[in-house]
Amino acid sequence: MATYDWFFNALGLRDWCDAGTSEAPMSMADLLAETGNAVEEPFYAIPFPSLDALNKACGQITQTRDIVKGLEEGFLAIRPALRTILDPITQPLSWMLDGTLYLFTQTPWFLIMAMLLLVTWYATRSVSVMLFNAFCLSFFAFVDHFEPAMETLAVILVCTVISAIFGIPIGIAMSKSNRLQRMVIPVLDLLQTLPTFVYLIPLIFLFPIGESRLYGIAITLYAIVPIIRLTDLGIRLVDQDVIEAGNAFGMNARQKLSKVELPLALPNIMAGLNQTIMMSLAMVVIASMVTAPGLGVLVLRGIRNLELGVGLMAGICIVLLAVMLDRTSKAALSRIDRAKSKTS
Amino acid sequence: MLKNTPKIKLRGLFKIFGADDKSVLPHVQNGMSKEELLEKHKHVLGLQSIDVNMQAGEITVVMGLSGSGKSTLIRHLNRLIEPTSGEIVVDGEDVTQLSQADLRTLRQEKMSMVFQKFALLPHRTVQQNAAMSLDVRGMDKETQDTEARKWLERVGLGGYEDHYPSQLSGGMQQRVGIARALTANTDIMLMDEAFSALDPLIRTDMQDLLLELQLELKKTIIFITHDLDEALKLADHLVILKDGAVVQQGEPQGILLNPADPYIEDFVSDINRARVLRIRSITNPLKSKKFAGDVEADDNLESLIALSEGDTALTYRVMSDGEPIGELNMRDLVKALVPRISSTQAA
Repeated sequence: MATYDWFFNALGLRDWCDAGTSEAPMSMADLLAETGNAVEEPFYAIPFPSLDALNKACGQITQTRDIVKGLEEGFLAIRPALRTILDPITQPLSWMLDGTLYLFTQTPWFLIMAMLLLVTWYATRSVSVMLFNAFCLSFFAFVDHFEPAMETLAVILVCTVISAIFGIPIGIAMSKSNRLQRMVIPVLDLLQTLPTFVYLIPLIFLFPIGESRLYGIAITLYAIVPIIRLTDLGIRLVDQDVIEAGNAFGMNARQKLSKVELPLALPNIMAGLNQTIMMSLAMVVIASMVTAPGLGVLVLRGIRNLELGVGLMAGICIVLLAVMLDRTSKAALSRIDRAKSKTS
Repeated sequence: MLKNTPKIKLRGLFKIFGADDKSVLPHVQNGMSKEELLEKHKHVLGLQSIDVNMQAGEITVVMGLSGSGKSTLIRHLNRLIEPTSGEIVVDGEDVTQLSQADLRTLRQEKMSMVFQKFALLPHRTVQQNAAMSLDVRGMDKETQDTEARKWLERVGLGGYEDHYPSQLSGGMQQRVGIARALTANTDIMLMDEAFSALDPLIRTDMQDLLLELQLELKKTIIFITHDLDEALKLADHLVILKDGAVVQQGEPQGILLNPADPYIEDFVSDINRARVLRIRSITNPLKSKKFAGDVEADDNLESLIALSEGDTALTYRVMSDGEPIGELNMRDLVKALVPRISSTQAA
């Protein structure tokens, strides 16, 4: 006797219900119940009128497992169509990732170190940041973690560049249109609040595992949010007086953007870039579950095989890499701020 | 001064702020007040029925307290704010009818603007800021540099070309603002409370600089201010706004001597009249034979008081361009210093 029989009886649906009693295989719970040692349930154990509970009373009601199955089938049904669209669009991402990974891992260590330090110098002009970076890079090499560290760095680099390429124009468009802003902000909120594992699921279905774009997309989706937000905010915060001056001197929209809005919003955009880099790093570790190479793989090995030392060493390297990226991008940001208000 | 067709003509200009300004316009035209409009229709009255002529080569000063609509008015001239109704005719062309592209051309080539808060580009050098208008027009780098240098030199900023605005004091930043407007080489200059953010001494300097430049350049300048002293010092033509309407306009000395209503009387009562009034404005026809001396018609009363050493019995002969044009008794001068009496006297 199911709890909710009275409901369907009262509605006069008994016949209809019985007509549809399913021949579907029983669930484990039902099987257990059939074996006979069903315990007399206490009176307060009324089940919530869930799909499964209602199904017991009326065979016409779908069970939850059918809905789950339906979801999966629906997803699989649209997969070919989605893939025909997404495959060619995302193919360059795979090439970029593979190419950069190849470059970072195949170049001799001394060349890549020199190159990275040179970039640091150009971005920050700060001796202390450069010394710190030199220390970190040497440490990676010294404990034989140079290659995975460079793989992680390569993935972050590509994903940050992609985020900037898409994020900045989206941010600009949002700052120009309140309607677009209202539409995009919920999406950004969703991307930011969605647990990172959740996006991996549909991506696994959409892209063959082993292709680098799989994790590339996961990381980019997660990391693109701050740069969009801060570009939008930065442009909206540009001093209205200066924009008015641009108008008064007859600037067109393009001139206003390139000569006034973007330069004045640059500190905010750079802050967004810094956040994007840090979020790429966070995600590249998690994305090691879907074959992202680098330090994350070692952490995963540490967890899976309970190899505490391997995990800890990789963790230390990730922390150093994070500090390195943060320091470098913040030093670059403050250099821009200084250049903007040259007081010396 | 030769009064040809005015350079800028405002005819029946109305501005109402709000979502549906056109539909409430008839109410305002039928005389609904600002408060009533706000209460009944939730629209804010910005300007009402403005008719002003601005002559070429003159400084037209628009004066009013905060909220009187003066900044709104100046922004209509280059349509930074769209009027609700009315005509804005510049050089015979109705600005309200221009397409966006033509409007940009007008802003680039006919009007330049100086702002209260300077509104310089912080990431550009002083020279690049001064050259902004030419940069917008797409002029070559060389022309930009020479023009910008020339005008920076002219406003007294030679040697600061490679500084950034934040390295300069407020007064110097506004000089950059003026140089930027001058580099645009436009006939018309709009100055929106250009000197209001500066401290008094610097402000006087800047006023002198503007007058000196104007002597040479003869631009059509529209100057917005809330400071009557400044208005009287600069104005060839003074327009006084209150609640978005013109209360009185005309030659500033005339307004000072004949305020049209109590509002303006109040306004002008705080002024140092001895310094603002010119001898010319209170000169009487020649009658006497004996004079204590000759004075220039364009001198202010203060200088005459100093000259007479306070003796009210004296009568001076007033000269203009070396010709006697009248006489001035010191008693009349003293009367002119008192607001009420002078207004009845000179009427």
